[in-house]
Amino acid sequence: MSAARTVLTIAALTLREASRRRVVLAVTGLTLVLLVLSGWGFSRLAAEAGATTLTSGEARLTASIVLNLVMFGFSLIAALGTAFLAGPTLSGETESGIALTVLARPVRRPAVLLGKWLGLVTFGTGFVVLAGLAQCLVVLWTVDYWPPQPAVALALLAAQTVVLLTLALLLSTLISPMASGVVAVGLFGATWIAGVVGGIGGSLGNDAVARVGTVSRMLLPTDGLWRGAMHAFQDPSAIVQFGGDEVEGFPFLGVAPLTGAYGAWALLWVALVWGVAAVSFGRKDL
Amino acid sequence: MVADSPAIDGEAARRAAAELVAALPPAPALWCSGLHKRYGRRTAVEDVSLEVGRGQVVGLLGPNGAGKTTVIKMLLGLVHPDAGEAMILGRSTADPASRARVGYLPELFRYQPWLTATEALGLHVRLAGVAVPEREQRDCLALVGLVERAGDRLGGFSKGMQQRLGLAIALVARPELVILDEPTSALDPIGRADVRDIVLALRSRGVAVLLNSHLIGEVERVCDRVVILDRGRVAASGTLAELLGQREVRLRLTGLSPAAEARLAGTGTVERAGDWLIVALAADEDDEGAAVPDLVRDLVGLGARVHAVEPGRISLEERLLGILRAGDGADR
Repeated sequence: MSAARTVLTIAALTLREASRRRVVLAVTGLTLVLLVLSGWGFSRLAAEAGATTLTSGEARLTASIVLNLVMFGFSLIAALGTAFLAGPTLSGETESGIALTVLARPVRRPAVLLGKWLGLVTFGTGFVVLAGLAQCLVVLWTVDYWPPQPAVALALLAAQTVVLLTLALLLSTLISPMASGVVAVGLFGATWIAGVVGGIGGSLGNDAVARVGTVSRMLLPTDGLWRGAMHAFQDPSAIVQFGGDEVEGFPFLGVAPLTGAYGAWALLWVALVWGVAAVSFGRKDL
Repeated sequence: MVADSPAIDGEAARRAAAELVAALPPAPALWCSGLHKRYGRRTAVEDVSLEVGRGQVVGLLGPNGAGKTTVIKMLLGLVHPDAGEAMILGRSTADPASRARVGYLPELFRYQPWLTATEALGLHVRLAGVAVPEREQRDCLALVGLVERAGDRLGGFSKGMQQRLGLAIALVARPELVILDEPTSALDPIGRADVRDIVLALRSRGVAVLLNSHLIGEVERVCDRVVILDRGRVAASGTLAELLGQREVRLRLTGLSPAAEARLAGTGTVERAGDWLIVALAADEDDEGAAVPDLVRDLVGLGARVHAVEPGRISLEERLLGILRAGDGADR
């Protein structure tokens, strides 16, 4: 069997699993709740701005911050959804014996892994882009704010999901199903906190503390991509409005756009981790 | 003409070589040599070699933990051997294409619980890369008695039904070799009889089968050859006739004279079980069944009174237990 057909068959199977296991339903439900709540919040914001208690600059700053906050909620849903979907995928199927029947067919293991990855990437990025776009429309409708670079922002949010699910896939070739999901989400959270700590270090002028964020952003690029996404979602005037340097310590505003070098590193990181996952899965005795 | 002759010679040589290759018997359905596998400090499989000819049914027997499932998994590329080599249908097992015509029913397994029986079959047909019409896939489900549950999700299937489905999946992609690892462990007696019929039907169609089963009676009825594994090694292997060639006769006698006893001892090992004497007969004796009548005639001639004579074969179970106990004894 050609490798391409194996990849497509397994990718389609992974997507079918996501829909049959009601993961899609659960994620859609959570998203709708978040959209409605944020819609209500933004309409309150519009009412405040309308009552002239806020200047137009303040209103844009507030819209940017709240949009980033809600988007963080979406990235968290995507992270949890894909990590707990990717985690059980290989180790769970190995434990239950599903892998035995699939891998005894004339298929190569990297092709099976690529199919799984592709299915999860489609699911994760599809969710992030659709939910993110819906959120942007809610904001436009309620407070008349449209992000400066929505396509870049959504692409970076999707890339963050891809990074995390690739990590979860690698972990699922090494450790038990539940542990791989927990570790992936744990690392995602830890990197975000390290990023905030690094930002506080930067705003205080403490290089040693600032380095915590830099190093963690290199080790797991989720936080770096997230900051790039925030920068593309927020109004260009937001940073000046917030108060210059102090913004570094604030977790819901991005200080700078994503650099090309960091984007390249994130791509390389995904390729490397995927490669390690393929080697680990290839060597596994079932 | 002279200038042409090397080309003609070359062509003739190529044709001769092609004919020679074509005339070779097909490679065995399954062949392995010197398979070896360790898990940490424990040796699971040591120097296992076996062969399954085309259209042959070979039984794999042995106690729990003998390494039967590990051997099967190494043959299918699911477990990586530390040493040794294996070929399936003429291709090295390192090449996934060797499994294109192999059907496999694992011992401990599950199918995707969110799929229906029809979808699971369709998935495996796609993965095998074989075009099997839907009607033929449905026939496969009918063969294992699941056609009425074709549209049901597998999550609701009992263990026995999962095993029946596993059998259908092993058979669906027109295999030339079928590997069944404990195919009847969850089946009722009717299911077991069905599996037996299916294996015999496969053999009659020229499909080779490697059958791992604890049910010795099942193996005895369907297998041409048997390989017995014990503690990761091949303890014995051969055709049923070779393994079970040894026969015995049970006699109930009175009035045994020393001469009659000597005649018995000269025939084979004599064991006493209550009133009965059990005499082992030589395995390879080409006597066309004359040994027992001759023995009875001689015993009567020597003054013994013969109350009962029961010729019998050693069952595979007795032979298996004998081999395994001999292995235990050798270790102590």
